[in-house]
Amino acid sequence: MREGKRDADNEAALTGGRHGNLVELHGVTFGYGMRCVLDGVTLRFRRGCVTAIMGPSGTGKTTLLRLIGGQLKADRGQVLVAGQDVGRLDREALYELRKRMGVLFQSGALFTGLDVFDNVAFPLREHTRLPESMIRDLVLMKLQAVGLRGARHLMPGELSGGMARRVALARAIALDPMVIMYDEPFTGQDPITLGVIMKLIRLLNDSLGLTSIIVSHDVQEVAAISDYVYLLSGGRVVAEGTPRALRETASPWARQFLGGLPDGPVPFHYPAPDYAADLLAG
Amino acid sequence: MPARGDAGRDASVPSLAWLRRLGRRVLAFCSRLGRANLFILRVLAGMPSVIPRFHLVMAQIYHVGVLSLAIIVFSALNVGMVLGLQMYNTLVNFDAESALGPVVALSLVRELGPVVAALLFAGRAGSALTAEIGLMKATEQLSSMEMMAVDPVRRIVAPRLLAGVLAMPLLAIIFCAVGIGGGYFVGVGLLGVDEGAFWSQMQDQVDWSEDVVNGIIKSVVFGVVVTWIAVFEGYESEPTAEGVSRATTRSVVYASLAVLFLDFVLTALMFGAF
Ligand SMILES: Nc1ncnc2c1ncn2[C@@H]1O[C@H](COP(=O)(O)OP(=O)(O)O)[C@@H](O)[C@H]1O
Ligand SMILES: [Mg+2]
Repeated sequence: MREGKRDADNEAALTGGRHGNLVELHGVTFGYGMRCVLDGVTLRFRRGCVTAIMGPSGTGKTTLLRLIGGQLKADRGQVLVAGQDVGRLDREALYELRKRMGVLFQSGALFTGLDVFDNVAFPLREHTRLPESMIRDLVLMKLQAVGLRGARHLMPGELSGGMARRVALARAIALDPMVIMYDEPFTGQDPITLGVIMKLIRLLNDSLGLTSIIVSHDVQEVAAISDYVYLLSGGRVVAEGTPRALRETASPWARQFLGGLPDGPVPFHYPAPDYAADLLAG
Repeated sequence: MPARGDAGRDASVPSLAWLRRLGRRVLAFCSRLGRANLFILRVLAGMPSVIPRFHLVMAQIYHVGVLSLAIIVFSALNVGMVLGLQMYNTLVNFDAESALGPVVALSLVRELGPVVAALLFAGRAGSALTAEIGLMKATEQLSSMEMMAVDPVRRIVAPRLLAGVLAMPLLAIIFCAVGIGGGYFVGVGLLGVDEGAFWSQMQDQVDWSEDVVNGIIKSVVFGVVVTWIAVFEGYESEPTAEGVSRATTRSVVYASLAVLFLDFVLTALMFGAF
């Protein structure tokens, strides 16, 4: 029953999303209070692809994910997920849609009161009436996929940062979502963990037929695993393309960002009065 | 948002600055009160979904109730012993030390039991609730729960509120019982008050509906208020380490003040002769 319904939903989603895009943002404008964070951005996320959104801190990357997840509503423009306008859904429909979205927050956001097993089991227990034996099998499968089946009895406090993110990943795929969003998955990880997470993102995307959205400012890692990249700055899309195409881009801003150059269109110095005059003034 | 004054405009009238500040504060207070009311309505709307999953409430009763037992019992014992000692010293001047039983029992059941237990509850369980929910917010646990299509108000807040409301009267009753035990130990055990008089006069003069039920009603009200403030402050806290610590302080301060104020209101309603 359930499976049949889900297939039908997917079918509808396929026909609903134009051009094979699972998620689309059309001219989305959003601000916190008076302050405009996103200024008419248009983004498309192709089904089955890993798409990255890059940009300096504070450009509204996390905000973008919250708009897609329906936690925030766009002031103007449209956010379409599987053909549904997220901003217009009522609570029931939004919650139904969220069951098919996975989000990996910046911190992992594991429930500190539950151990690894119960964290991964959480969405299954909340949303299904499966018997405990089947939940156990499913949880072990998801944990095996991220290589942490042996860590199932640990509490979140006992995990390293990288392990916590992998557990969060297992939890995010527990309900077999159609899209998964990663908020800065590479920040603050050691090189080995970084490699593991990169490999997992690509592997899960391809083997589970997911659509992945990565928000990040780690240029090398993102270039290595994504199919398409959007560069965001000052609330606008300043460049887009495949990682290879972007490297050959002419935009000086994009070159500064991708090359990690300290000075360029984004100045090294915070705006200040003339240096010599400032020193003499004291 | 509500109290955004136009700071620059009236700068020429400095004598009104305090009035503007006062107005801003009053408006901020009112809007916070309004948000707290909307919040509790949301929680109450989520209550029906909690009842079939009562094990969630049981776990919270353990956290707010059982884990508060030690300080409740310790404090009650001391309060009871002090009461026994002080009241004896006064009563013995009138040759009325046999009235020690009812005096101790009435002070505890009517006032000290519900009030002191609620103050301790605000300090122990209320602050823990605020900190827990605030931390869950600061570490994006509540956000990620929402994104898993689970409403944190129903899953996290509602069971905690219900647990607090159920645990508070039980703790107050335990406080009274232990406190009476402390008074008995000092009065009868150490100071030689007649044991029969102690208990029989207590039985005689403590009324079930007038004293005991009213005391329980008080502690139910305190339970609602303390837990409500605790979960609201946690849920509304600024999602940073600093924000959580400030919310925890606010939770204890507001809850304690609310308990003392409501105690006066309830006492006036129950026992007041006006
Ligand atoms: N809840 C909020 N209220 C007000 N401003 C916010 C809020 N969340 C984020 N901002 C602001 O919006 C901007 C974008 O934030 P965010 O989306 O977190 O950026 P990023 O993830 O790209 O670093 C930042 O300047 C931030 O200060
Ligand atoms: Mg961010």
